[in-house]
Amino acid sequence: MLEFMQQIVNGLSLGAIYALIALGYTMVYGIIKLINFAHGDIMMVGAFVGFFSVTMLGVNIFVALLAAMAFCALLGVAIEKVAYKPLRQSTRIAALITAIGVSLFLEYVMVYFFTPNQRVFPAETFSLHNYHIAGLVISNKDMFVFGSAIILMIILQYIIKRTRTGKAMRAVSIDQEAAVLMGISVDKTISITFAIGSALAAAAGVLIGIYYNTINPLMGIIPGLKAFVAAVLGGIGIIPGAMVGGFVMGMLETMVSGYGSSLYRDAVAFGVLILILLIKPSGLFGKNTGEKV
Amino acid sequence: MSLMEIKNLHKSFGGLTAVLNFNFDIEKEELVGLIGPNGAGKTTVFNLITGVYKPDEGRIFFNGQDIAGLPPYTICKKGIARTFQNIRLFNDLTVLDNVKIALHKDVPYSLMGAICRTPRFFRGEKKIEDKALEYLKIFNLDNKKDEIASNLPYGEQRRLEIARALATSPSLLILDEPAAGMNPQETHDLMNLIASIRERFKLSILLIEHDMSLVMGVCERIYVLDYGQIIAEGLPEKIRNDKKVIEAYLGEEV
Amino acid sequence: MQTIIKNWNWRKFVFEVLVLTGIFMLIQYGISNGLLNSYHQINLSSMCINIMLAVSLSLINGFTGQLSLGHAGFMAVGAYTSVVMTNMLGQPFILGILMACLMAGLAGFIIGVPTLRLKGDYLAIATLGFGEIIRVVLQNIDYVGGPAGILGITQLTTWPWLFAATVLTVVVIVNLINSSYGRAIISVREDEIASELMGINTTYYKVLAFVIGAMFAGLAGAMYAHYFYIIKPGTFNFMKSFDILVMVVLGGLGSTTGAVIAAIFITLLTAALQKWAAIRMILYAFILIVIMIYRPQGLMGNKELTTKTFGRVWGDKK
Repeated sequence: MLEFMQQIVNGLSLGAIYALIALGYTMVYGIIKLINFAHGDIMMVGAFVGFFSVTMLGVNIFVALLAAMAFCALLGVAIEKVAYKPLRQSTRIAALITAIGVSLFLEYVMVYFFTPNQRVFPAETFSLHNYHIAGLVISNKDMFVFGSAIILMIILQYIIKRTRTGKAMRAVSIDQEAAVLMGISVDKTISITFAIGSALAAAAGVLIGIYYNTINPLMGIIPGLKAFVAAVLGGIGIIPGAMVGGFVMGMLETMVSGYGSSLYRDAVAFGVLILILLIKPSGLFGKNTGEKV
Repeated sequence: MSLMEIKNLHKSFGGLTAVLNFNFDIEKEELVGLIGPNGAGKTTVFNLITGVYKPDEGRIFFNGQDIAGLPPYTICKKGIARTFQNIRLFNDLTVLDNVKIALHKDVPYSLMGAICRTPRFFRGEKKIEDKALEYLKIFNLDNKKDEIASNLPYGEQRRLEIARALATSPSLLILDEPAAGMNPQETHDLMNLIASIRERFKLSILLIEHDMSLVMGVCERIYVLDYGQIIAEGLPEKIRNDKKVIEAYLGEEV
Repeated sequence: MQTIIKNWNWRKFVFEVLVLTGIFMLIQYGISNGLLNSYHQINLSSMCINIMLAVSLSLINGFTGQLSLGHAGFMAVGAYTSVVMTNMLGQPFILGILMACLMAGLAGFIIGVPTLRLKGDYLAIATLGFGEIIRVVLQNIDYVGGPAGILGITQLTTWPWLFAATVLTVVVIVNLINSSYGRAIISVREDEIASELMGINTTYYKVLAFVIGAMFAGLAGAMYAHYFYIIKPGTFNFMKSFDILVMVVLGGLGSTTGAVIAAIFITLLTAALQKWAAIRMILYAFILIVIMIYRPQGLMGNKELTTKTFGRVWGDKK
């Protein structure tokens, strides 16, 4: 039982990271119905910005986190303007291919400049402490990762539910044309969505760097895919769904690694994906909608 | 025995009842109209008959067989074809291909025959093409056979949809607002066309229409649907003077 | 679907056979006389394999309109099956090829039946998931070498084999598309509900197209494995599926000739970019984005390049 609880604790911080990435996927999908395959790579860029802020500028981890978020917010907006906006009226598949193109572009630009090698987060960034609470081992690292993710999610909830911007985002995702008629600037709202989603991904990138200790230019692919699964699991386009989905994925993964074979860890993620798609394609929180004839 | 007999059909979506205790019958070669105000559930009835939706309760006997809940393609093969309220053609394909697809259910050669290009395949393709052209000729579309369907003017798209439905060689043809968006002249021509199709192919036709003049002029019997229930049934004369019907349309000229 | 087939057009047939024989002989001559060195030959093989993959995926994505992102998985099934048959069980190559097609088709059936109920993005994700599962499962089977894969496969894929396999793939799929069955398949893409109401069992045709597409991906896998000596699960990851998808979309969804041209173009582009290894992927990604922005419908749209088109260009007198 204790071991099980420990696995849950371990899964919480990983789940929080997945949830952060999944939020960006879900927000972008909700607003322009695009699976932004470059999202995982924005996360990777965030990890690098965080890494260089710490190592080269010597700032503390909080400042690094904010720097990464700011940088990636701009990056996300730029990508949307350059690559996705011209394709808003064309087929979904053309946009999907473009997203894949952007993903490759980010990955290999980073490989070109920073080599494909692993980089290790300097140990002094985070002096590791383990706390023993009720027989469970909880590190300050876990607490930091989990805490930051939760704070960011609360801020996001506030923005979406309580501000005009959030209202505009929800309006555009429900009906773009009607939103225009209500005087909402669709372009601006989409930009803001990309900015927020990318900032969350950047935060996740820094946190994943801390969590695994290492970063590299291709690190975005697998967590990106898993976060995507998390978004689908919760019901793509639904924000609380992405959070729950992220936590479920994180826990499941630590459970499988803890109890089963870690080699099958990635297969489990996709197994979950397929199960959910076959049983309830709209996700845990989604509503089934049929086509009108 | 009537061609189709519907008994106690019931369908609800979530908590909303769309069709309630629906009873209906149509004879061979009869032309029946189904009218009712917007949102009365007319199209839902069509969707239930053609298998797009599965009924919650009730039976649909077609040629004595219960077809309720069967998949749409099976129902089509049994002899029910339909058109759509908002036209659903195969937009990127030619006029000819649109009709050829409807002929696929009787394809005269096998898949392997098609891949190996057997003589039987070429003969079969010739047969399909001739037949498709025949249907297009009836609707005056044969000179447009190579045009892309979505490039046709609206009225011709409507006609092509009927041609396509007929090509499945149905014994019951269901038309969902065939005159929607047409001017009086086009509507008049369409009426004549519908009547002549019935003569020529010995079909039964079931028609949803908003245009009262069309329904009253062409239908032999009329059902009136309101809030998912039949409120009146009978000859056009009777419907015209039915109090409930006038109420349902609330002042609308019947 | 411009071609209206009324009867056997022997002139066109003879012309096509002559052109194909010509291409075959020319390259065979080049290979046996050393005019084409091993670098050329490798690219030629990649080209043929890419054509097979692109054309088979275009049947699923372009003509049936079902967005599949797991094509590399079927290629993997074909590659591994054929190698198990030839290298490990000592069977002749032809048997390996047949089993590869059969097993890939079976995998297509097992995956297709449940997932093809899904639509659009959901189907794309589900097929991506299945493709990855195939890879992870292969990674965990020690009999086929686990993550390291299988090394030292006998090179059995010769030019005649490659040529025959490529032509077979294209001919079967083109003949299928230009038949009543093909029209049924295309009608699913155009409007699934209308298609179903015209008496077409759409589920059947979606699965049919998926299985046939998977079989030819399996064939491509068998050709690949027996040309490049080595196969490992990592080769068949979702990036490989994307590569194939890129060819199909670049060529134009719903155009077989487009898929062939795009497969050739992408192979040549990849080969040309080898010289700048460091920025190869950056350029590739960049070109991809630019093409999508300026020509999202692909090179050919849904049009086909036919002998008629050439006829018009060369001033055919008829």
